[in-house]
Amino acid sequence: MSSWEVKTIAQRAAEAMPESVLAGAGYVLLAVGFAAAFMALMGMALIYAERKVAAHFQCRLGPMRVGPHGIFQTVADTIKLLFKEDIVPSQSDKLLHLFAPYLSMMATLLALLVLPMSPVVQIADMNIGVLYVTAVTGFGVLGVLLAGWSSNNKWSLLGAMRAGAQIISYEVSATMALLVVVMFSGSMQLSKIVESQAEGWWIWRAPVIGLVSFVIFLIASLAEISRTPFDLPEGESELTAGFHTEYSGLRFAMFFLAEFINMFIVAGMAATLFLGGWMPFHIGGFDTFNSVMDLLPPGAWFSLKSGLVVFLIMWFRWTFPRLRVDQLMKLEWKILLPIGFVNLFAAAASVVFGWYFFPIR
Amino acid sequence: MSAITVTSLDERIRRSIGADGGASTTQEYFVNMGPQHPSTHGVLRLVLKLDGENVREVIPVLGYIHRGVEKMGEHLSYRQFVHLTDRLDYLSALANNWAVAKAVEKAANIETNERIETIRTIVAELQRIASHQLWWGVFGMDLGAFTPFLYGFRDREKISDILEETIGARLTMNYIQPGGVMFDIHPDFQRKVKEFLTYFRPKLEEYETLLTQNVIVQERMRGVGVLTAEKAVSMGATGPVLRASGVAHDLRRSEPYGVYAKAAFDVPVGRNGDCWDRYWVRIEEIRQSMRIIEQLIDNIPEGKHLVVKPAVRTKVPEGIHYSQVETARGIFGVMLVSDGKDVPYRIHVRTPNFNNLWTVTETAPGWRVADLVTIISSLDIVVPDIDR
Repeated sequence: MSSWEVKTIAQRAAEAMPESVLAGAGYVLLAVGFAAAFMALMGMALIYAERKVAAHFQCRLGPMRVGPHGIFQTVADTIKLLFKEDIVPSQSDKLLHLFAPYLSMMATLLALLVLPMSPVVQIADMNIGVLYVTAVTGFGVLGVLLAGWSSNNKWSLLGAMRAGAQIISYEVSATMALLVVVMFSGSMQLSKIVESQAEGWWIWRAPVIGLVSFVIFLIASLAEISRTPFDLPEGESELTAGFHTEYSGLRFAMFFLAEFINMFIVAGMAATLFLGGWMPFHIGGFDTFNSVMDLLPPGAWFSLKSGLVVFLIMWFRWTFPRLRVDQLMKLEWKILLPIGFVNLFAAAASVVFGWYFFPIR
Repeated sequence: MSAITVTSLDERIRRSIGADGGASTTQEYFVNMGPQHPSTHGVLRLVLKLDGENVREVIPVLGYIHRGVEKMGEHLSYRQFVHLTDRLDYLSALANNWAVAKAVEKAANIETNERIETIRTIVAELQRIASHQLWWGVFGMDLGAFTPFLYGFRDREKISDILEETIGARLTMNYIQPGGVMFDIHPDFQRKVKEFLTYFRPKLEEYETLLTQNVIVQERMRGVGVLTAEKAVSMGATGPVLRASGVAHDLRRSEPYGVYAKAAFDVPVGRNGDCWDRYWVRIEEIRQSMRIIEQLIDNIPEGKHLVVKPAVRTKVPEGIHYSQVETARGIFGVMLVSDGKDVPYRIHVRTPNFNNLWTVTETAPGWRVADLVTIISSLDIVVPDIDR
């Protein structure tokens, strides 16, 4: 796939900047506008999908009234949320209370910028892509902590503290799993990682190691984005609504949207790193088979893969109950982290000795 | 003059030493759980003393749904009073009806026939299943799994449909009255109950695979909120809560009423008294209730469904009369104090949830907030029953 000569918006902005600041800013605005629009549309689609998936797991139909099969239900809900009163508790720390949802949203937006959705759809292609994603997703916890702290509500604070402990702990395991792929592909640039999987996806090319790190990444990321069975920060049966108890209207919608887009980002990252991203299902040497697989465009492959992971995440949510705080910590520090470490060492050995299918070097 | 000391809740807060042995201290704080809270099942208010996530003390505060049912009963005839009992524990409405009917029948020497007793037993057992189904769903939801809730309600709907045909109501049912039952059973009743039993048996296995065998559920329940047998007895806990602690006390077995003496069934008993045992006892009780119904449904004898004239205001001889039944939550007792008239002089209702709730003050301290939710849910609280 080396025939793709693509210049990302970020590159164009960087090139235009020295000549005319205005043109550079225009490109940046275009990129942010695209990402924001994508977030809004994707959020609505995901919320609709979640409701339908949940409904069918629960022997229900889900939204059926607004439009055919209720497809405009989320549009109606969004409009409702836009017009709702934005209540700020009188005893809250107002500035932080107003600022927290934006911080949460920003983390999501920044992570979205580097996701390679197809060879031609990627806003910025950084050479430190993996590191960047790990760094900016950490921002999300700031928003959650501030939201819980500034609300001046004990339940909110409990939820925020849970979120803080949980997200920071699980980031370690998630990063550990990402490092495995970085080692195999020899690059942190997300587009390079995808291209390194032209002969086969890392989930099976690195025997067992790839699968283990995929599972660890999925579990740890679920905890990072607070989805069931790790939805303790919200834990509605325990903490009413956790850190966003005191939020309403648009600000609540921002937390909600960030949560759903985070789910997409996790799915997209899992697809990019372990399932080949937009790369079709290829097996090195099987040229006829590979050319049949090439019939489906790369964008469709990416959508399929990330859609599959999203479905998996939703399936978890509507099946499992949630863990307790101490069990959550036990799972991370006593089970996932040791396995992740051993896996990382195994990956290092595997890379050095070339014990994997279709070695790169 | 002696001084009166008033201690406010805030004064009961103390500083506790942190894990590092005094370098840092943590402060305990109070949190109101309820009266509006998703998992207090209505308007129960618990004042929690917390140290971080750890529960130090639980203080139940009652009275948010007190309606004065006992006082109202002093102005109603015995037959009318039946219609208030369904508002106590609305998930065991029929058993509550039955307790009043039993007390009046015993006091006024009304002989009922086999048919009446068999019908009463069947409908009470059907409602026990429905109650446990609802509990199972809500329990799943309190643990954070939403799906069991809808599965439980889906199957409870079938029982509601069956009872609606005969009784005319789906939730607050009034059917059993002193001297019989209000209407004869619907012609389709027997067929539909049998259909339900064949429908529900595989569904119960589905319940087990969805929740019982889930590793997270087991982790959340095993060893959590242990209620010892001594404590359970001394606090007056009854029903599945008592039996989970290892005390095989079931009125259906120890003082058989209705036609329970004729039916073969087991009384499931737990071993440790933790949440897991309380869960297991209820699931097993569903099986036993199905067994009882299966034995009785084909053997409903012929006869009248009401042995007194409905218009007659039954007079109860002077004295104190007490009668109790085993509802889905425990022992529901009715004490009638009569001065010989057709309305009671005083009525007292002994409700199982009141005592069951108080066990939480023993079992919850030392566990976390999430466990407190599990413990309360495993007690299967119905709040209108506590406040009366």
